[in-house]
Amino acid sequence: MHKKPKRYSIFSLIRNALSYHENWQPAWRSPEPKKEYDAIIIGGGGHGLTTAYYLAKNYGLTNIAVLEKGWIGGGNTGRNTTIIRSNYLWDQSAGLYEHALKLWEGMSQELNYNVMFSQRGVMNVAHTLHDVRELKRRWHANRLNDIDCEWLDTNKVKEFCPIINTSQNIRYPVLGATLQRRAGTARHDAVAWGYARGADAMGVDIIQNCEVTSINVKNGQVSGVETTKGQINSKKIGVVTAGHSSVIADMVGIRLPLESRPLQALVSEPVKPIINTVVMSNTIHAYVSQSDKGELVIGAGTDGYISYSQRGGFNIVEDTIAAVVELFPLFSRMKMLRHWGGIVDICPDASPIVSKTHIKGLYFNCGWGTGGFKATPGSGWVFAHTIANDEPHKLNAPFTLNRFSSGELVDEHGAAAVAH
Amino acid sequence: MFLINCPYCGEREQSEFSCGGEAHISRPKNPPDTSDDQWADYLFMRKNIKGVQFERWNHSSGCRQWFNVVRNTSTDEILGIYNMGEAIPEIDGENPKTPSGEPEIGSGNISTSFKKK
Repeated sequence: MHKKPKRYSIFSLIRNALSYHENWQPAWRSPEPKKEYDAIIIGGGGHGLTTAYYLAKNYGLTNIAVLEKGWIGGGNTGRNTTIIRSNYLWDQSAGLYEHALKLWEGMSQELNYNVMFSQRGVMNVAHTLHDVRELKRRWHANRLNDIDCEWLDTNKVKEFCPIINTSQNIRYPVLGATLQRRAGTARHDAVAWGYARGADAMGVDIIQNCEVTSINVKNGQVSGVETTKGQINSKKIGVVTAGHSSVIADMVGIRLPLESRPLQALVSEPVKPIINTVVMSNTIHAYVSQSDKGELVIGAGTDGYISYSQRGGFNIVEDTIAAVVELFPLFSRMKMLRHWGGIVDICPDASPIVSKTHIKGLYFNCGWGTGGFKATPGSGWVFAHTIANDEPHKLNAPFTLNRFSSGELVDEHGAAAVAH
Repeated sequence: MFLINCPYCGEREQSEFSCGGEAHISRPKNPPDTSDDQWADYLFMRKNIKGVQFERWNHSSGCRQWFNVVRNTSTDEILGIYNMGEAIPEIDGENPKTPSGEPEIGSGNISTSFKKK
């Protein structure tokens, strides 16, 4: 076992300040891979790291490796718009996302790492009569599932978020909104780093720059992986590779119902605090919040074709900006600073797959599509259960790969909040 | 964002087109004898390939004609265009690389239907 990392506190901050911050220990080690592990997690993003963390914490499996092709949190974990909410329509999704939201609420304390979780509320805006009906239906469904949600009429929307344009003379006027007050945002990198540090402290090996090139299967049971750092053996392999899930699945001949597409986001120049909540609109396809640095964080839509290029079409960005400016005319002269794309794995029913496969010891956690960030801790929690017990947790039992044969789809296209 | 050379109208921006997804998927010939798994495979399962993909496009804001496109999904480079109903063309060339310069190894960049010169 390695040396236990020191806790962060006001005293450690003062102590390190006195030594000019030159003696901080690294948040996690960079070990060479061992020959064999009890479990291997492919993919060192948020979901992969939480899986390793909960395998170690809840099931005592500490002889684990997380294999990451690039650097941890360098994929979609660092490319999303950091929105966290649980106001999903169906019971199955509500259970999964609400479990995640509860874990978010205690995360900084548990990890001894500030993930800057801010429950500033998420407002889903209605612009048409259909939106109003759909969102009210979701509001009632949420209340039945014990998830906080309230309906705001146009005046209350204006009261809650004063800068929004509630003129009834625009193409898509604001007719009301649902508000989940417990929802909000978090610092995405801190989530990856915090879980990496937490997992590492329990003995998990986080191996970066280690790409899996093939998966070894003997008699229908996985035996290990070939990587750019050599062969690593394990009887249990969890695949958490988001947009590249189909590429990994193809190594063992499994077909997945996924399409990988670019999803773009952009941030503006930093300004003083101006928008106090997260505003999402399905109909005109805009979502916007403000980071603690002061940048507006704006999410765009997916491109309508499969691509792994991590860049999308400019027309998508243009449409999103047009929508944001209609809702917030005062943003019209803001300059955009940065713009990027991530590759999201979209399922036909807009719900994830957290599942066993027909190969023994091989598990997949994918299909989170455009909304995986909010589920990060919950996804790891149920996936760790699935790997440790070889049986799904009751929360992810509806999200198996078999649902595409049985027809028990969990259609969340509406509650995915923005249509992609 | 890229340009697509519509066989009927010429080169236009991608935003004028709609992608119809993977090409050459055929409906099960004998529906009553098709199992649930086979239906699921036909309806939902996709190659979702990183590399050379054969896919259908429709010039939806133009002539509204359908045609097939050969595109490298890791670079969005278009390698060929052919008509609906035609057989899969053979494409020769270097293995596609990703824009970030990832090594070819393991990235799924070596597509099965792509012959190396």
